[in-house]
Amino acid sequence: MSTLTAEPAAPASPLAETVRRFRSRHAAWIPVFAALVIFLVMLVGAQAYFGNFLTPRVLSALLLDNAYLLILAVGMTFVILTGGIDLSVGAVMAFTGMLGASLLGQGLPTAVVVPVMVILGAGMGLAVGIMVQFFDVQPFIASLAAMFAARGLAFMVSLSSIKVEDPTILWLQSTRLQGAPGTFYLTPTGIIALLVVLTGILVLQYTRFGRTVYAIGGNEQSARLMGLPVVRTKLLVYVISGVCAGLAGVVFTAYTGAAYPLTGVGTELDTIAAVVIGGTLLSGGSGFVLGSMIGVFVYGTIKTVISFLGAEQSWTRIIIGVILLAFVVMQRLIVTRTGANRR
Amino acid sequence: MMVTMDPREHEGGAAPVVEISGATVRFGAETVLDRVDFRLFPGEVHSLMGENGAGKSTLIKALTGVLRLDAGEIRVGGERAHFATPAAAIAAGIGTVYQEIDLLPNLTVAENICLGREPRRFGAVDWRAMSARAEAVLSDLGLDVDPQSILATHSLAIQQLVAIARAISVDVKVLVLDEPTSSLDLDEVAELFRVMRELTQRGVAILFVSHFLDQVYEICDRITVLRGGRLIGEYVPTELLRVGLVEKMLGRTSDEMAVRGRAEAPSEVSSSVLEAVDVTVGPGIVGADLRLAEGEVVGLAGLLGSGRTELARALTGVDRVDAGTIRVGDAPVDLASPRRAIALGVVYSSESRRTEGIIEGLSVQDNITLALQAERGVLHRLGNTRRRELAQSWIEALDIRPADPDRPAGTLSGGNQQKVLLARLLALSPRVLVLDEPTRGIDVGAKVEIQRLVGELADNGLSVVFVSAELEEVLRVSNRIAVLRGGRIVDTLPADELTVDSLLALVAQPEDAP
Repeated sequence: MSTLTAEPAAPASPLAETVRRFRSRHAAWIPVFAALVIFLVMLVGAQAYFGNFLTPRVLSALLLDNAYLLILAVGMTFVILTGGIDLSVGAVMAFTGMLGASLLGQGLPTAVVVPVMVILGAGMGLAVGIMVQFFDVQPFIASLAAMFAARGLAFMVSLSSIKVEDPTILWLQSTRLQGAPGTFYLTPTGIIALLVVLTGILVLQYTRFGRTVYAIGGNEQSARLMGLPVVRTKLLVYVISGVCAGLAGVVFTAYTGAAYPLTGVGTELDTIAAVVIGGTLLSGGSGFVLGSMIGVFVYGTIKTVISFLGAEQSWTRIIIGVILLAFVVMQRLIVTRTGANRR
Repeated sequence: MMVTMDPREHEGGAAPVVEISGATVRFGAETVLDRVDFRLFPGEVHSLMGENGAGKSTLIKALTGVLRLDAGEIRVGGERAHFATPAAAIAAGIGTVYQEIDLLPNLTVAENICLGREPRRFGAVDWRAMSARAEAVLSDLGLDVDPQSILATHSLAIQQLVAIARAISVDVKVLVLDEPTSSLDLDEVAELFRVMRELTQRGVAILFVSHFLDQVYEICDRITVLRGGRLIGEYVPTELLRVGLVEKMLGRTSDEMAVRGRAEAPSEVSSSVLEAVDVTVGPGIVGADLRLAEGEVVGLAGLLGSGRTELARALTGVDRVDAGTIRVGDAPVDLASPRRAIALGVVYSSESRRTEGIIEGLSVQDNITLALQAERGVLHRLGNTRRRELAQSWIEALDIRPADPDRPAGTLSGGNQQKVLLARLLALSPRVLVLDEPTRGIDVGAKVEIQRLVGELADNGLSVVFVSAELEEVLRVSNRIAVLRGGRIVDTLPADELTVDSLLALVAQPEDAP
């Protein structure tokens, strides 16, 4: 029986064959590797320049300082994978933080307040999802509306910052799980962030819901024709992003020990930048939570380097902008190449 | 017109697996499918034939749950079926491979085959089992494709076969293949046919849509012909000659139209206005030669997929030519874009009037003056008075009704929209007019008017390339006719040496016949 094969006609050397096979299977990981390389080069470069950069203290702080961003980036990855965008996360984080701090100030127990914050985030996400799915509003506009709403609500709670004195919340930040003084440490906030990352990876890789997220990003119409639950899935990704924003509200409140209505202005853009640097295509369908984590670390490292230099933090934005641009161009090239392969 | 249903039962006496009766679908005021009956027996390959707009796609969409019937019913396995979604049709055992490959390029081959019904272990997607299942389906089809590779890394042919693998990976009773061969080469088609034969052996009924007659005659057990949304009949290929099939597809209008015999053909010596020498465009057009004299109407006759539209687009810079030369006047030109072609006086009216022609939201006046303004550039704005004059004069000249320049063009009838398009092109004072299916989907009266108009324009020295699926029309309008088959111009003949029958024979003749 004649067989039709996908292999090229010319016999390939075993090595070339392995490379080809690897590329045909794992092309989507290339941007993630690129982000990893940039991350490592930055670490090594900073160590060579400062001499005291690669210390357990700095590296532990990298996770601690960016735990909230990591959580937001996981939620954002889901949304961007479907080809959407969520601009509301920074404001939702601020709003849930303000409301949580206010409720705690009124003496409500932590066990009630934290779920309320997370559910609130989920509700904001659901609202965005409904606007996108049932009213056919562009995700950009729908989440922009939610961003304004959440920011306004945060100011409704209070115009000034609210100090948090709840011991459980502060415990999340102040506890250091550490072997011996001077070694690596983890805070509960860091653990929460890592658990969110792990959950994100498992859900995207090993559930039908997760695979449907990728399918929608690949081609929504095809996904629908294949009989996949497109509507439910698209609603759910915004709910997930909202849940992450609520959780980030908890973590950020713990981190700063207070809630302030202007928290997280521009954080949604930092989050999107981290996700894109981590190799997720803005057009959807390709990307990994692990990549987004690396993207967050790249962002955090730049911030740390700037503060080591004692320079203005505005340089962070400039450098992030440059790296982002480089990444988008690189992705464009990869997409064009795979596109050319199709014929 | 008589609609005949072959009363003959299936040889085995088996009951049809799909039976559609009285299927009607309307889009707004337009009836795109009109009381069509159709049946499909287990283990047969059944071809659905018809030109563009015949209703093939609509019928398939109704069968596969993409759109709903306005009237009529679908029975699957004897039971009345209502498919509200594609998922419901799939669940009922109807698998579909669409013309545009509807898979997910960003996912692996295995996922594309199994998505939505992935094997799971402890609730988690079991990638290993999924790969194994995909491998099994693929090797069942005789395909050696790495299930873990990303779909986009494969050729279109492989992707097409993966789509088939997906469709048959569930227990299908009916497999719908909508033009699966349009992007495949000969070996790949053979491979596809082998797979199709294997499937019919298992009792799967295949609904096969293709515009390649050779393929239809090679693989099909039965043919249903549609035309203009109506059923023409159901036939057995061994009892229906190609010429007969083509005649049924293209139709033969019996109404006596005001035949305007093309006046005297331009004299042989007149210089050529547009000439194509050995032009090749992708796989669609191979080595085409065409010469167009001043004041001459050259018709392009051929079936869907013969390259008639591709040639028209190549002549007007819409698609770039891969090889060969196009001359305008005496000079070879590089038609890099329609803009360049327009500058040289070669204008094109697309067969897709709604999507590539008329701008429905703009007024008749704006539609008419659009191209002229574009050619002049923003700095040379046409004044309001001038625009109004232009629109008025063209409305009058072409008798566009209603004669209201401010009316949105979308509210006009098809025939009048076509006239607006013509006016837009004529406002550019072109030397060559390339009309692709200018009379499709418009009523008989408007058709005759457009045909007469083409004749008048030619009498005034304009050269016209006229593309139409209707052979009588091509015969009536043209001085000479180029016959296309399989991307080649097989013959160019004066229209008065041809009859509908002889032209039909030329159009339908298989490649290998003398």
